[in-house]
Amino acid sequence: MTENGRRIDTLEMRGIVKRFPGVLAVDHLDFDVQAGEIHALLGENGAGKSTLMKMLYGLYQPDEGSILINGRETRIRSPQDAIAQGVGMVHQHFMLVPSLTVTENTALGIPSKWQLDLKSIARGLDELSEKYNLKVNPNLPIWQLSVGEQQRVEILRALYKGAALLILDEPTAVLTPQEVDDLFRILHRMTDDGRSIIFISHKLHEVLSISQRITVLRAGRRVDTIPTTAATKPLLAEMMVGRPVVFEYARRATQVSSERLRLDRVSALSNRGELGLKEVSLTLHGGEITGVAGVSGNGQSELAQVIAGLRAIKSGTITLDDTDVTGKSPRQRHEAGISYIPEERMLDGAIKEFTVAENYILQDHARPPFNRGGLLNLRAIREACERAVKDYEIKTPTTDTPIKSLSGGNIQKLILARELSRSPRLLIAAQPTRGVDVGATEYIHRRLLEERANGTAILLISEDLDEIFALSDRIAVMYEGRIVGVLPRESVTLRQVGQMMAGAAMDAV
Amino acid sequence: MPRPHVRAWFDRLFDLLPPVTSLGAALAVASILLIVMNANVGEAYLALAAGAFGTENATAETLVKAIPVLFIAIGICVAFRASVINIGGEGQMIAGAVAGVTIAIAFGGRLPPLLVIVLSLLAGFAAGAVYGGIAGFLKAYFNVNEILSTIMLNQVAVQMMNFLLNGPLLDPTEVGTNHIPKTARILNELQLPRLTIGWFDGVEVFARTRLHYGLILAILLAVVVYVLLWHTPIGYRIRAVGFNDRASRYAGINVRRQVVLAMCLAGGCAGLAGVVQVLGLQYRLQTDGSPAGFTANAGFNGIVAALFGGLNPFGAIPASIFFGGLLVGAQNMQRDIGVPASLITAVNGIIVIFAVSSQVFVQRRRQRRRNIEINPPTTASSPEAAAATRKAQA
Ligand SMILES: Nc1ncnc2c1ncn2[C@@H]1O[C@H](COP(=O)(O)OP(=O)(O)OP(=O)(O)O)[C@@H](O)[C@H]1O
Ligand SMILES: [Mg+2]
Repeated sequence: MTENGRRIDTLEMRGIVKRFPGVLAVDHLDFDVQAGEIHALLGENGAGKSTLMKMLYGLYQPDEGSILINGRETRIRSPQDAIAQGVGMVHQHFMLVPSLTVTENTALGIPSKWQLDLKSIARGLDELSEKYNLKVNPNLPIWQLSVGEQQRVEILRALYKGAALLILDEPTAVLTPQEVDDLFRILHRMTDDGRSIIFISHKLHEVLSISQRITVLRAGRRVDTIPTTAATKPLLAEMMVGRPVVFEYARRATQVSSERLRLDRVSALSNRGELGLKEVSLTLHGGEITGVAGVSGNGQSELAQVIAGLRAIKSGTITLDDTDVTGKSPRQRHEAGISYIPEERMLDGAIKEFTVAENYILQDHARPPFNRGGLLNLRAIREACERAVKDYEIKTPTTDTPIKSLSGGNIQKLILARELSRSPRLLIAAQPTRGVDVGATEYIHRRLLEERANGTAILLISEDLDEIFALSDRIAVMYEGRIVGVLPRESVTLRQVGQMMAGAAMDAV
Repeated sequence: MPRPHVRAWFDRLFDLLPPVTSLGAALAVASILLIVMNANVGEAYLALAAGAFGTENATAETLVKAIPVLFIAIGICVAFRASVINIGGEGQMIAGAVAGVTIAIAFGGRLPPLLVIVLSLLAGFAAGAVYGGIAGFLKAYFNVNEILSTIMLNQVAVQMMNFLLNGPLLDPTEVGTNHIPKTARILNELQLPRLTIGWFDGVEVFARTRLHYGLILAILLAVVVYVLLWHTPIGYRIRAVGFNDRASRYAGINVRRQVVLAMCLAGGCAGLAGVVQVLGLQYRLQTDGSPAGFTANAGFNGIVAALFGGLNPFGAIPASIFFGGLLVGAQNMQRDIGVPASLITAVNGIIVIFAVSSQVFVQRRRQRRRNIEINPPTTASSPEAAAATRKAQA
């Protein structure tokens, strides 16, 4: 069936236990997948989903329990071992070398014979790409590909190595709705072929639409495994979180104050050296959430960075509270009251190697009470951080734990806690709930609305239109570096925004 | 569960691995070289150990050699923590020595001795800082690779020193003769006192040896730099920039300034190595004209000691003493067994190679170990309770 004749009819994990320093990540867990099945894995941030899958892929070894493939107990010692047994994985964070081509990236993981036959690899990739309609050109270097394409490369790579079971760890977190549809078509083709898929996502509607069975984890244990036909959104959310979750928010009318931030015909270059932001004008008011909708890569990141002072502008002015901040440094803008929850939390928002507490004082490390007479007041730092950990329900063994060992959602909560801790005048929230579980998403949304009620001006950048519509007072749509329209939420529909995101003019929709 | 304990113990042992293995591997290679040279391996190592620590005087000499290495190593900890690969310890040490000795000669006898010593130390620190700062500035603002610039600046420093010692700073009594390039001797009152350690019963250790107060200064500096790195906002910023410059920028940290600052601090520490070598040991600046004529390679050995000490100033203390011991012991080995001391230079290089590669090995292992490490389970909420309520509802 699969190229190398490997076939996984059943895969079973029995009584799996995995401990990390201070954390029981996976606790006597049973899990199974059948051939041709898409099995969704749900759970809060830090529930142990990635850890469980990494054991299946040989990255971690279980402390207890066993893995059975086609009824036979096996040990998966390494990713190479996993691949040899037909298990492939696409990680939460892609693992491709940007300067190499698709073919070369595929060749990287293949046990080296004497000579690398890149041509035959390219041919194989072409055939597979054709078969599953992946639309990947094996000869292009990775850096030229969009996020969605890179993900298809990861899938193609796993298929080429003969994956009969493919693990997808939050594959849709970074995709546009269109790309998600494409991905689902590809996944269906794969299961038609007898391959099985484990699908991890925090987006319940995706899970409901693609999977046959759903397993929900909580605190490392299995809550239950149910057929998707028996599942509903509220039911799944409650299974995950242990309490009912609110999806609609009562948005009290707030006092919209005077103008807080004004961008006047601001242009800036993108990383690729093109004009990523073209003469953008925008005003934000206190007590108001302005949602920025748009397909990723249409200038949203540049917009956020320009306001935060992290990207130089070519022309235009930026005014905060009637003072010109155009030439001000990131630090000065921070002091003036601009907080920024960056999109790339592990690259910009946190220092992986630092502890949770050290990350909590990223901007304020030189200010009292953290700085006392030129020395870091470790006690004040710990206490402040412990308070944030408690208030925001951040799951971490201690505040001295390196932040890289926290799950993605918990890192995001710490960043949110840090950025809100000083009651900002303006908050830029870029993809604030990407990769965050439903419970935490609800929490973050409620905190954003609270900030709005406190009179903060909020710029919410998100690719999740549901999120934009649930929170925003006004919706700005970006397309090709321009803001093509700013509309009150009441007067637009989801469909209209979707059309504008695709380039339709405002008066045409 | 006995096994986890055994394993934890084993793992702790493994943390000591980079120093131990690299040392072991280097000694193995050295043994082969010794055998090739027809020397008795056991005897050679005995001579090495005896030469390093065999007598009171040997130990004192080892410590004397360790002092400049330690100063440099402490500075390297700062630079490397900021991700700046400073290979310029040699040049910065020379810059510090030149400035320090100039002050000592210029003000000696005119100002109170203690003041002159302090001024001289400050001048050495400042000169080293400026010299290191040049490379930092070039890296931060012109993107010049600091490895190349510091190595080139080492050459510049040696030539400057040779020029000064043959001209402006030349000892007046040597002028006109077929002179040795050296400065005048500094006044006795400016010399750092010899260090003796009072033992019980009035026995004094290290009396009548060359060990001097530079050791105390170096250890004080280690404490200061440790506090700086882990207990001040300055050190926080330096480490932040070293780990992730993007997040540092996001945090409002001026990344370029930290790079320059880290190089200034590293250079300053190296500068102190130079002054202390003059005030504590040689009492003048003197060279044979060769690149290592004054520094005796402390600028390079300091890098090794810093890496060996885990880029921690306290770790650098034993590491520097160890390398001091190798240097002193090698001479004894040459004397007793007739094995060239340059063998130890080779061993030094081999240790560097092994130290760096075993560091990588241990990091990999540590990563894998994170999965095996056993800790008491802490999280124990009850998902099955939720499942039960859900079933009850259904
Ligand atoms: N390498 C590690 N070292 C220490 N702790 C870890 C490590 N990896 C994961 N953990 C801990 O194990 C728990 C489970 O993490 P895991 O990444 O599996 O969660 P997850 O369900 O994938 O969450 P998310 O939805 O946020 O991705 C968390 O508490 C996390 O902090
Ligand atoms: Mg995960």
